[in-house]
Amino acid sequence: MTTAVIEAHGISKRFERGALSSSGLLRDTLARTLRAPWTLFQRQKPDTFWALNDVSLQVGQGEVLGLIGRNGSGKTTLLKILSRITRPTSGWAEIHGRVGSLLEVGTGFHPELTGRENAYLSGAILGMSRQEITRKFDEIVAFAELEKFIDTPVKHYSSGMYVRLAFAVAAHLEPEILLVDEVLAVGDINFQKKCLGKMEDVARAGRTVILVSHNMAAINALSSRVVMLRDGGVVFNGSPAEATARYYRESLDTSETGASLLERLREGNGKARFSTISIQVRGPSGHINVAYPGCDIEIEFEILCRSEFTNANAAIIFYDMNGYRVIDTNTAQKNEYVSMAAGQKARARFLLRDVLLKPGKYFVGLWLGRHSMETIDSIEHAATLDVMEGEENSKHSVTYPGVYLCRFESNVSII
Amino acid sequence: MASLTSNPSTTGPLANRPPGSLTLRIEPPRTWFELRLQELWKYRELLFFFIWRDVKVRYKQTAIGVSWVIVQPLLTMLVATLFFGRLAKLPSQGLPYSVFCFAALVPWTYFSTALVLATNVMVENQRVITKVYFPRLILPVSASLSGLVDFGIGFVVLLIFTFAHDIRPAWTLALLPLFLLLAVLTVLGVGLWLSALNALYRDVKYLIPFIVQFWTLASPVYYSSSMVPERYRWLYGLNPMAGVIDGFRWALTGTGQAPTTTLLASSLIVCFVLFGGLVFFNYMEGSIADRV
Repeated sequence: MTTAVIEAHGISKRFERGALSSSGLLRDTLARTLRAPWTLFQRQKPDTFWALNDVSLQVGQGEVLGLIGRNGSGKTTLLKILSRITRPTSGWAEIHGRVGSLLEVGTGFHPELTGRENAYLSGAILGMSRQEITRKFDEIVAFAELEKFIDTPVKHYSSGMYVRLAFAVAAHLEPEILLVDEVLAVGDINFQKKCLGKMEDVARAGRTVILVSHNMAAINALSSRVVMLRDGGVVFNGSPAEATARYYRESLDTSETGASLLERLREGNGKARFSTISIQVRGPSGHINVAYPGCDIEIEFEILCRSEFTNANAAIIFYDMNGYRVIDTNTAQKNEYVSMAAGQKARARFLLRDVLLKPGKYFVGLWLGRHSMETIDSIEHAATLDVMEGEENSKHSVTYPGVYLCRFESNVSII
Repeated sequence: MASLTSNPSTTGPLANRPPGSLTLRIEPPRTWFELRLQELWKYRELLFFFIWRDVKVRYKQTAIGVSWVIVQPLLTMLVATLFFGRLAKLPSQGLPYSVFCFAALVPWTYFSTALVLATNVMVENQRVITKVYFPRLILPVSASLSGLVDFGIGFVVLLIFTFAHDIRPAWTLALLPLFLLLAVLTVLGVGLWLSALNALYRDVKYLIPFIVQFWTLASPVYYSSSMVPERYRWLYGLNPMAGVIDGFRWALTGTGQAPTTTLLASSLIVCFVLFGGLVFFNYMEGSIADRV
């Protein structure tokens, strides 16, 4: 085993729900104290919950540990404890080496200051010395591709420029141990790739990384080991592939046809909700039970509207086991938009023709919203789709990685 | 191998660490008071950056920039001279009222603006606090110190002003930094309490304008503390700014009495408030990131 640089023992963290939810007015506290002074000394029974419960883990030198789990599973809290932002209620941890934490892109940025000034400020907040920033400054500006605008106040930056500068500063932080939360979920695709590349460099340089993410693709690409949390406890500790499979398995348990979606984990503003989904597979001879490469897939779902919205786009997204999006179909592509009033119910039907996915497991997600403006409802895993081997594909295609099978012809001859 | 590690208390599986690496131990808050001044010193560069940011942003946000720092106390002084000096004819220790008043307004302006800054500093830096670690004490300290730049500018104007009135500073001027230090410590002491309270209770910010106004009237800014009867002087000195302002005026102009009674009371109360503030802030620090 390699040397452990992070060791955590029985870390627990309790939050008081009351303290978080009530607005906390000094006036109220004073009034209560005046009316009933004894309450000040009384241990009130606060509504508490344990965000983390007896979590122990070790991370070795040069390891990239992926930390996954659903929202509220405690992964961010654990990261915050390890980066000393908040303290544990019980338990202890020891960290050997200089720690840098990246919980947000653009920590400490001030809109009035120029790009140059912000680079220095943010660098200092993240733990770099002034000399260090000066030394790396040109590199940072080049990485962010902002040579021309570095002396412009960042309030005039586009969001893309802002994120590029922020990440460039963060990427040049060179601690021995790096704690990262979800920061890859920003920027355009090309920049994300660049950041992933930079992260891989960091890992290859022998530095230790703990990476928290919902993005299974990033987790798979970067981590050497994955720890999965649920309800504040460790439920899995092992290989990324196994962890990803488990993550998806747990997020999805019920059957595929006509399943109710109302209790599913979701995001969005709640103006409307996906209520049911059903998936039917059609072959040349009509309805069949299993999907195979080249079949037609009909997906029906219903939407319940709670408050009015207009011109929304409804999408069906297929993910592979690694979390990569492999298919994205949406009504906007067909110039069709959904408008609903409160209380209305809508049924949508998509027919996906000749789906040439390789045999394997896929997840079907639903999304309703307006592009980059609002997400009304989004369920990442509304259903699973098992694609079996079809008659025309031989076993040769199954064992090799990949997601897409194209129709092709081939011809080899000796010349 | 254990001899290579910087912390001999961690042996066993962790002993093979590279030499010279530092060990960090994360534990629940144990004692009710850990000051960690050493850590504060380690983060001094960040402290500098926070001060630098505050100053830079403040001057960028106002259209007239630095001159605002001069205009504000100057205008207040003119109005006060007209109403309190000319019309109300308040005694001014034998100084021209304008000098008397301006000499108090410069430290007072520092105090009142720095106090407001310090109160809001935890809330305004909420995002940074919840996203990255540094000793939280840096924030109120930076807020107390960033106002000193404004003070410096105001002080230069004040010196010119006194010279123009043919008042030459005496040897007492050498004691002026002491009074300034007392003002900084007062801001820090009170600011520690208010910033932590403000992070926990949202309505503290509404109290601030009232506190500042009340405090102005209870300090010898527009009137002389010699108007306070001798036997109540120590009580008056419980307001640390009374000692600061009297001392400041005395050090600058060399007139009036050395504020011994008030100064003694002021220093004592500042030590008390500052110590209490440190304890309270330290106590709240552990949970501030969860509650701010």
